[in-house]
Amino acid sequence: MGNVNRYKYLGFSFLLTMLLGVPAFGQMDPTGEWENRFHEDEPERIPGPEIGDYLGLPINDAARMRADSWAATLLELPENQCRPHPSDYAWRGPALLRIWKEIDRDTQKLVAYHTHISWQAPEQTIYMDGRPHPPDYAPHTWQGFSTGKWEGDILTVTTDHFKEGWIRRNGVPRSDKATVTTRILRHGNYLTVVILVYDPVYLTEPFVRSTDFVYAPQQEIAPYPCEAVDETDRPQGVVPHHLPGMNTFLNEFPAAYGIPPEAARGGADTMYPEYKLKLKNMKTLLRPEGRHTDR
Amino acid sequence: MRGLIVSPVNVVALRCGSAHFSPKRSVERFMVKGRLAFPKSAGVIFVLVVTFVLGTAGLGKLCNAQENQNIAQRGRDNDDAEIHVLPVQGNVYMLASAGGNITVQAGKEGILLVDTGLSPMSDKVFAAIRTISDKPLRYIINTSADPSSTGGNESIAKRGSTIAGGNVVGTIGASAGEGATVIAFQTILDRMSAPTGKRPPAPEGAWPTDTFTTNEKNLFFNGEAIQILHQPAAHTDGDSLVFFRRSDVVSTGEIFSTTGYPVIDLEKGGGIQGIIDALNRLVYQITIPADKEEGGTYVIPSHGRLCDQADVIYYQEMVIIVRDRIQDMVKKGMTLEQVKAAHPTRDYDPRYGTNTGPWTTDMFVEAVYRSLRAKH
Repeated sequence: MGNVNRYKYLGFSFLLTMLLGVPAFGQMDPTGEWENRFHEDEPERIPGPEIGDYLGLPINDAARMRADSWAATLLELPENQCRPHPSDYAWRGPALLRIWKEIDRDTQKLVAYHTHISWQAPEQTIYMDGRPHPPDYAPHTWQGFSTGKWEGDILTVTTDHFKEGWIRRNGVPRSDKATVTTRILRHGNYLTVVILVYDPVYLTEPFVRSTDFVYAPQQEIAPYPCEAVDETDRPQGVVPHHLPGMNTFLNEFPAAYGIPPEAARGGADTMYPEYKLKLKNMKTLLRPEGRHTDR
Repeated sequence: MRGLIVSPVNVVALRCGSAHFSPKRSVERFMVKGRLAFPKSAGVIFVLVVTFVLGTAGLGKLCNAQENQNIAQRGRDNDDAEIHVLPVQGNVYMLASAGGNITVQAGKEGILLVDTGLSPMSDKVFAAIRTISDKPLRYIINTSADPSSTGGNESIAKRGSTIAGGNVVGTIGASAGEGATVIAFQTILDRMSAPTGKRPPAPEGAWPTDTFTTNEKNLFFNGEAIQILHQPAAHTDGDSLVFFRRSDVVSTGEIFSTTGYPVIDLEKGGGIQGIIDALNRLVYQITIPADKEEGGTYVIPSHGRLCDQADVIYYQEMVIIVRDRIQDMVKKGMTLEQVKAAHPTRDYDPRYGTNTGPWTTDMFVEAVYRSLRAKH
């Protein structure tokens, strides 16, 4: 009898979880106006990342050297002022988001989803009609070339043909050889966008991050015209950068936050919880006087 | 993933976020002496979990690191010996191949080529041109004396014809109209030819027929102004940029490539500053981007994909930064071996460097070093 009861219990459990656990296979609707939430990685996104903060990034030595050499004044150059965030980063920025459908008039089939983001007004097209990606010799763009498909209730987007972009806005690069998988999920009035960056040039492991939005049907997005201006009197052909070993700002971040400088250098290890054990044996720098942080 | 707030909408991020998820480590948490071990009370929970996972089709695929390897392999069809035709804009097309890009301008008056590719590719190049236009080939412009620029000259030029008449035909005969006109900077002809009685590096049929020694030579063809802009001491001493003003497309020759560091041939008069001057000219005087720093003037590189100004800027910044680093080392009195050992291109090597082939990273560093040493 005991076995019979056990089987009944297991059977009941199976039926119960089938009923409760199976998601709707109908596709969610990602379209509409969405307002971003900044609670996730807020210090990096609102005030902006600190120079030399590569924590949690699975970067290689080449990426580290690029970032060490990077000078923020590079963004002053007129030719760099109007660059939009690439589509693997744009969700993170000041990102009031609109998503809408493109429907073929004759067949009434879905051709693509389009996204518009407020800062610099980048627009990404996600083709849903099964078209192939372009060949290698086709142009690369900031937003890349994207195709999407439904996996259950998740819109999975594959993007390639990027221009070079950035993993973090302190000079950590993402190469034009990268491919990106984006998962878009909707839970009621919440939209979650999960980005997985695969970069054979600058990453040793995929880099993953998520960003959240809240449905905001009354939202209005302002236009974002951009005209480059001369911010600094600098001769053409001068590229701001730090020579190797000469970037004196790199230790400010680990010193101010009490983080071992070695950890601030990033790398795949620094993504994992096990890294905390290593941190215990690392030395930190003295916190500079006059520098306060509550982060 | 700092500051991640655990909520239902973030559960996927937690499961897949690289800061939290490792398939191997997740399994290892259930290992006891190398064997999977679960608590006795896990029977019902196991059924619940398995059923839930089976039911939530799609979630299991979230973390598949293999999937993008397939993507990385997709669309690599220009790595073969085929010629691919890519309409650029206006009258201009790009013929893409592994041996180097060729620019085609086609219109009512005929066809103009910038470079002719490697010699063995000539038939395929001409066949590709014929998919664009059946008009006669009138002009070839060589941007350098390299085989990837001039290799097809002889075979392709003779399939074209030059518009000739009046005094020209009267003086030198009907042969004045045979073959397309081949335009190049004078030093290209000098390098391909030889004094009478000596064996020339290239057959006579491949030689430029119309050379110039000034900073610029202009054409007006197919309703379009075309500027041939000489760039001294860059890849060699004979390089040209070719700017199609109405189509708003520029063909760069060996000045710019998306596949490797710039080739600097010191023996033929090249130099790092000439490369930078040419890239600066592309960025500040020729290309103008459209909205959001994208599109506008298109740029056809010697090798690699079709580009615009932003792509050239990344390359220009890379070359200038490498120049600055090596210049600093030269000022400090470092030897070539010390400079090489310092790996001044380490951050760009995964993108542009190579240790094999005709132009290695070491060769690039050495060319920059010698180029800068010559200045001091």
